[in-house]
Amino acid sequence: MTYATVPDTHPPAPRGWYKRNQIAVTPFLFLAPAILFFAVYVIIPIGQSFWISLHEWDGLGEATWVGTANYERLLGIGEQNMDRKFETSFWNNIKWLILYLLAIPAGLFIALFLNQTVRGIRVYKSLFFFPFVISQVVVGLVFSWFYLPREGLLNALIGLFGFGPVNILGDPSLATYGIIAAGLWPQTAYCMILYLTGLNAVDPEQVEAARLDGAKGWRMLWYVILPQLKPATFIAFVVTIIGALRSFDLISVMTNGGPFGSTRVLSFYMFEESLSEFGFRMGYGAAIAVILFFIMLAFIIYFLWSMYQDERGGR
Amino acid sequence: MTLQKKPAWVALGVSSLLAGAAFAGSHGAALSGDLKIISDMSNPAPRAVMEGMVADFQEMHPDLDIELTIVDREAWKTQIRNALGANPPDVVNWYAANRMLPYVNAGLFADVSDLWAEPEFEALASTKGAMTIDGAQWGVPYTYYQWGVYYRKDIFDELGLSEPTTWDEEKANCEAILASGRKCYTIGTKFLWTAGGWFDYLNSRTHGYDFHMALARGEVPWTDDRVRQTFANWRELIDMGAFIDDHQTYSWQEALPFMINGEAAAYLMGNFAVAAFRDGGLTDDQLDFYQFPKIADVDYAEDAPTDTFHIASGAQNMDAAKEFLRFVVSVDNQTKINGGDALGQLPVNANAEIGDDKFLQEGFDMLSNNASGGIMQFFDRDFPAEMASVGMEGLQEFMVFPDNLDDILARLEDARARIYE
Repeated sequence: MTYATVPDTHPPAPRGWYKRNQIAVTPFLFLAPAILFFAVYVIIPIGQSFWISLHEWDGLGEATWVGTANYERLLGIGEQNMDRKFETSFWNNIKWLILYLLAIPAGLFIALFLNQTVRGIRVYKSLFFFPFVISQVVVGLVFSWFYLPREGLLNALIGLFGFGPVNILGDPSLATYGIIAAGLWPQTAYCMILYLTGLNAVDPEQVEAARLDGAKGWRMLWYVILPQLKPATFIAFVVTIIGALRSFDLISVMTNGGPFGSTRVLSFYMFEESLSEFGFRMGYGAAIAVILFFIMLAFIIYFLWSMYQDERGGR
Repeated sequence: MTLQKKPAWVALGVSSLLAGAAFAGSHGAALSGDLKIISDMSNPAPRAVMEGMVADFQEMHPDLDIELTIVDREAWKTQIRNALGANPPDVVNWYAANRMLPYVNAGLFADVSDLWAEPEFEALASTKGAMTIDGAQWGVPYTYYQWGVYYRKDIFDELGLSEPTTWDEEKANCEAILASGRKCYTIGTKFLWTAGGWFDYLNSRTHGYDFHMALARGEVPWTDDRVRQTFANWRELIDMGAFIDDHQTYSWQEALPFMINGEAAAYLMGNFAVAAFRDGGLTDDQLDFYQFPKIADVDYAEDAPTDTFHIASGAQNMDAAKEFLRFVVSVDNQTKINGGDALGQLPVNANAEIGDDKFLQEGFDMLSNNASGGIMQFFDRDFPAEMASVGMEGLQEFMVFPDNLDDILARLEDARARIYE
């Protein structure tokens, strides 16, 4: 034991261990609760998911070790074909990621439009922000009624222009886009709020100076306003990417993954395989979750990296 | 103890009752302790039935402390796993046949074969098969209901049609209905299972009950020519335009208005739809029922899904739980809970009375006298869970894009090879 090796049994001043290491230890003491909860609720479950993904398990009985068989089936390594449901879900995730970004320019232009002082502007702002406040489930329900093939408002509208009825959520080639459009409604409002607060921080002197130099319209926006909105753009980008990757509730409410599985995304597929009414493949679901985790990790690393760059640049 | 302060004869009575119980098994025993029940009978009528049953049972066993939890029926389908895990309740609701297989395999349901060996259970013989896995019984049924074609009698009368009994008559009827500007069948396949009902009937009518169950057990490849024959029969209806458009967007309830408004003439459904039709304003003069017509020369097999009670293997109060199951299937209780003013379904006990309702009477008659092929539990209960989910998705796709059949069958066959390995 270490007691035996302590050389001086009569220290000059009885300073405690904590006193001596105060500077080094205190930050960790303050971090300890957060680290503990982060470990219990995030880090350890990630490890568990990875562990489960190497097994075949129905969630009830004994788990059987199958090594990487779940991944081989998912990705079609070896003789088998790639899991088609996985393929569909993956490409739908990509569609979500790309099209969801439309919320950023849309939010920016609404913010620019609303960034003026007229009577009752606060009312207009809150009306635009409204879709973000209501639950995603309600948004999904409203849009699925909007899209209804016979009674829906959308078909009534396009009927006015002489187009035939469309059943957006019943058509496997359109349904995903229909859901993304529904998701863009609240997401645009979110980006708008981020930009509205960003616009408050735009330096009026710079705008004034640019005006004296003859900048206006697009050039003013592009060279003067947008660079100052960079922090807001970054946050809008982060929340939109995250929002796209966790698109689950809208799909569940609007199509339940259908028609014939054409609107699944990875998170929904994972739920279906492992946790839903007919899902008893915990291992397979966990493998999907791990792959989704790595896709997210790519973005997270990029975000962390760019934040780190900003901080270094700021110093 | 308060017991000591009571007159001596009370204490004597109680103790002799307890002594009697020890000898007489659990029949009429003074049950005590807690009895935890989780039920999925959350719709208004079933909820009242469940609460009524617990109240009656409580009255019979006043010393028992019954704790009833009613969970949303859809939510229960995913919650049951967690509920049966740690600290399980004593009694739970579930479904018969393959739907209970994962829980039986995991040892979460208690073996109740001893109940089924009792003489009172002979009256339940018709559902015994659906409750049996590996030669043992794992629960008791409390209700079942027939499936069949519910149709608008007034529309049939207007067009001069009669209930079809053969496939040719069926198609001829449908031609006439289509010619009158209506659709033959309404259906909502958003949640997939409704398409499973159609497949059950078409497949069992084309090749018989045994073939259908062999397919359910994974013994027949999906790419078999006989399976293709079933889909070919189905396709005849699809190509005629017999089903309503855009059915993949509707739930089964959202498909009801088509029939209630007279835009479609019939609906292949379970008997629970009758209540919805009546709520929607159809009278018994407008609404009628016929058995799915004959296609090939095979015995009729019928869908009659059975809802059940089970005891968790970790139950704390096994005696009370078994007594509750006995009570559930008893003649009086069966008559009471399945009556037209309660569940409005069929009692599982052969000695119970059928509710005074034309659909119940007709359904019971059909299942007793005209279902010699066998009783199916329904697509998602006869097929293993994974096969059911992949299968029903394929059926929905077939109904919208029948040309994709080869691709669909190859996919199902792929799933079959993996699931039943």
